[in-house]
This record gives sequence, structure tokens and C-alpha cells, in this order.
Amino acid sequence: MVDHFDAPTEASATMTRTQERIPTVVVDDAHIIYRVHQGAAGGTTPVAALRRLVKRTHAPNVREVHAVKGISFTAYRGEAIGLIGSNGSGKSTILRAIAGLLPVNRGAIHTQGQPSLLGVNAALLNDLSGERNVVLGCLAMGMHPDDVAKQAAGIIDFSGINERGDFASLPMRTYSSGMAARLRFSIAAAKKHDVLLIDEALATGDKGFRKRSEQRVRELREGAGTVFLVSHQLSSVRDTCERTIWLESGVIRMDGPTDEVIRAYEAYANSK
Amino acid sequence: MATTALVDPDTGLTQAQLAARHGLRVAGERPSLVEYSRRLWAYRHFIAAYANAKLVASYSNAKLGQLWQVLTPLTNAAVYYLIFGVVLAQNSIPNFIAYLTTGLFIFNFTQSAVLAGTQSISSNLGLIRALHFPRASLPLSTTITQFQQLLASMVVLVGIVLVTGEPLTWEWLLLVPALLLQAVFNAGVVLLVARLGAKSSDLKQVMPFIMRTWMYGSGVLYSVSLFDRLPGWATTLVQYNPLLVYIELARYALLEEAPLLNESLAQLWLVGAGWALVAGIGGFIYFWRGEQEYGRG
Repeated sequence: MVDHFDAPTEASATMTRTQERIPTVVVDDAHIIYRVHQGAAGGTTPVAALRRLVKRTHAPNVREVHAVKGISFTAYRGEAIGLIGSNGSGKSTILRAIAGLLPVNRGAIHTQGQPSLLGVNAALLNDLSGERNVVLGCLAMGMHPDDVAKQAAGIIDFSGINERGDFASLPMRTYSSGMAARLRFSIAAAKKHDVLLIDEALATGDKGFRKRSEQRVRELREGAGTVFLVSHQLSSVRDTCERTIWLESGVIRMDGPTDEVIRAYEAYANSK
Repeated sequence: MATTALVDPDTGLTQAQLAARHGLRVAGERPSLVEYSRRLWAYRHFIAAYANAKLVASYSNAKLGQLWQVLTPLTNAAVYYLIFGVVLAQNSIPNFIAYLTTGLFIFNFTQSAVLAGTQSISSNLGLIRALHFPRASLPLSTTITQFQQLLASMVVLVGIVLVTGEPLTWEWLLLVPALLLQAVFNAGVVLLVARLGAKSSDLKQVMPFIMRTWMYGSGVLYSVSLFDRLPGWATTLVQYNPLLVYIELARYALLEEAPLLNESLAQLWLVGAGWALVAGIGGFIYFWRGEQEYGRG
């Protein structure tokens, strides 16, 4: 639209550009290899354990998995990026590396601020009530106790766990898996994140909650954040992301506008 | 027009240069020790809330609930008294019940903190992988939870000591600094075993053996005068055993005629404070050096 005017000021053009082009995540030829422990075959007795401790050897049966094999991309402020690919293609692994939870063996990942990873298995304390989990979760994200007190009711409302009676005061172990996932998403989404990494979390919950959470993701993006979304539900990627990266066996197969990438991915998945 | 405005100054940069230009940081980098301590201080509300939550959760499945905070130490004391006081009949110590329970409760403070601390990282992987906070919050709140448990058992202990006929004196006040020193010592040890336990899940299996050996070396169940029969170097070793020191400090404060291994009170306080300092600072630095590793793998 800048082009329709005769003399756009240099300042406004620069503004548009800087708004669009501030990188928040820079992934530079990242390789990730992780070790999988397959239980201790070398004896589970205390004596065997002590011997391993003293000799500083690892339990046998450790296998290495080269999950990500040289990925490079740049994510910018205000972008929502979908990550798609078959099971085991390295989607969740790269998210955990961006969150700083997995080391890269080669290459580097640079981020702005501290990315937050939101996964379905992000367990809080199951023995405690939903309300207490909200308070603990918010404090763990670094919120001030006063802000927590102000926001707690809103978070519980957003999660919708009280729609069928007073569940907020019951221990989380009594929740259905959908309810627990909804509460966890609501807690994580209560704070502004520079970079929010969502791993399959939007897939949980009923239709009403999905709508609310997709709306919340859009708000987080408008608040100058970058959102990554890993999902097998192509519809939710299409609804929330304008850019999509397609991973296959640990390498980027395609990176571009969501519609194009999903079309190519569907063609690939159907031909298999 | 204005195509120049669309030319990105970032084009032609490598990924690393691009990151450097915009001041991005390497993911999962460890903060400096000072910065880490500052962040940990900012998370003090979380640490306190988490410690409270753990305390509430620990008995949430039991019918008697929080009553177990008092019942557990009482039952423990009763069992040990039955064996060491009645069956093995130790008559050499005046007021053996009070002597035994003091040692037992003080030792139990460190023992339960260390056992819980070994798993404070490995049993909270969900939380660690989901949210970013200074990981030392977890072992520290474990220590605080155990301290709260200790306060409950101290109420029981004071009751036992008074009932068995010990007089209430000003020396009882010395119990407060002794317990605080022990709490700092515990925090350091818990930070140490938390990092060790995070790396090696085998430690959980070995820890009970280490703690039992430590208990026999701390003169909990029998008279400390038995240690005098050991060769000289071994007696010296036992004298510097931090747990023996904290137990003797508590016995000195509460009991009138309890046998003590360390003759000099000044030495007791010095050794106790020294251990708290060494363990507290050493444990914190050791834990911080592993900060970026927790939750990985």
C-alpha cells in the first residue's frame, strides 16, 4: 500500500521494514544428536549401581539418535510458523533445542529473550488443586505475586475447567487429560512471551476452547511475539500460521507460505 | 518507487552475523554466578510457594493428612526406643529417650532433605521442560519443605524432652542458630546431590546406604562415648562429622547430662559454622555449573 502514495516518507518505510524484519530466532546449521537410555541392562542392584558411579561409566544400552541434521532458518517478530512433517521428523526436537532444553551438537541456535515451550506433557503438580497450580505456574514463569492474584481468576475462566462444576479446587489428578491440557495452556498463555513454542497443545480441548486458544495465539503474535506451532492437524496450522516449515528425517524439505507448503506436504503424504 | 527501502541490510549476512547484529543470544546459555543469584532471588516467591505446595501435597492422599507430620517422627522415636532403649537396654546414658529422639530428629532433617533432594530435579522434569526458572529453586524449596517438617518434629521433641524431666533453661535458645546452620548445610548438600541425581538415576539406589552409614557415624542411636574406643584418627574424623556436630549442638542446648564427644563448645560452633559455609557456597556453585544441563536428555 506504500506504493500508492507519491511520497512515502523515508521514516515510515523504514518503520514498516523494521517492524517486519527483526529476527527473534536464528537457527544456524543445527545438528542434534541425543542419547536414549533403554533401561539398565548391567544390573539394577545397588552394588552394580555403586560400581557404575565409582567408575563413572554409563549404563549400557545407550543409543544415539541423530534427530536433526543441519537445519537453518530465521524467524522474525510477529510471525507464526507452523512446523509439519511425519512422526519422528525432528519437529519436537528442534522446538526443545530452541527452548534451550537440548544442546546442539554442531551449529548454533540464537534467540531473543527466553523462548517458552508449551507441550501437552508439561506436567505441573498433580496432587494439588487447579487453583494452586495456576499460582505456582505463574510464579514459575517469573510473574509477581500481585499480578498472579489479579490474573488467577481470568486464567481459570479461560481454561473453562469450571464449566462443569467447581473443578478448580480439586487436585489435578482428578482432571481428564483434555482439562489438564487446557489448564496448562491457559497458564502458559497468561504471560507475554518473546518466543512461544507450542507442541501439539492446541489439539487438545473441545471446539470452543480451540477457538479461544487460536484467538489467544493471534493476540500473542500481535504483542510482538513469535509463535512456533507443531501440529499434525493441518487445519490448525492453516488457521494460525502464515509461514510453514516442512521437516522430513531431520532436514528442511520446504519453507514458505503455509498454503504452498501444506499442498506439497499433502501430495507427498498421499503418495506414500 | 522506494525499492531501496525494501533492500534489507540483513541480506548477505551469515546466520551467525545476523544473530550478532540484532543482539540475539545462544539458546540455553548459562548466566553468570551473580546474575544467577539475582534471578534466584527474584524467584523467592516461587520457591516459598512451591515448598508449601509440596508440604500440602505430601500427605494429601493420607486420611490423617497433616497429622502425619507429627505422627511420623513420634512413631520413629517409639520404634528406635523399643530396640535400643528396651531390648538392648542402654543404661549408660541419663535420660536416654530424650538423647535418642534429639539425635534422631536432627539427623532425620538432613536425611530426608538429602533423599528428597536427590530426586528434586529428576522428579520434576515435566516442570523443568515446560517452564524456565532458575533450577536451584527446586532443591532449595525441597530444603524449605524439610525445614517446615522439622519445625513440626521440634514441637514433638520439646514435648518429649520436657516430659522426661529436663529443665527449661536459657540454653534452649541455642537450638535456633544450630538449626539454622544445619539448614544452610542441608541446602548445600541438597544442591550437590540434586545435580548428581539429575545426571545419574542410579544415585537414588545408593543414597539410603550412604545415609545409613552416616547415621551410625553420627552417634544417633548409642552413646557417643563409644567413639572413644576407635583409633585416634577415626575419633578425630567423627568429631568433624557435620551431623554429629549439629546433633551435639542440639543435645547441648536441650539436655543437662548428655555425653558429648566434643569437649569444647567453641570448637563445636566453629566446625558447625564452617561446614554450613563450605557446603552452602560449594553446593551452590556446583549446582550452578550444571544449570544448562537439567531437563535435557
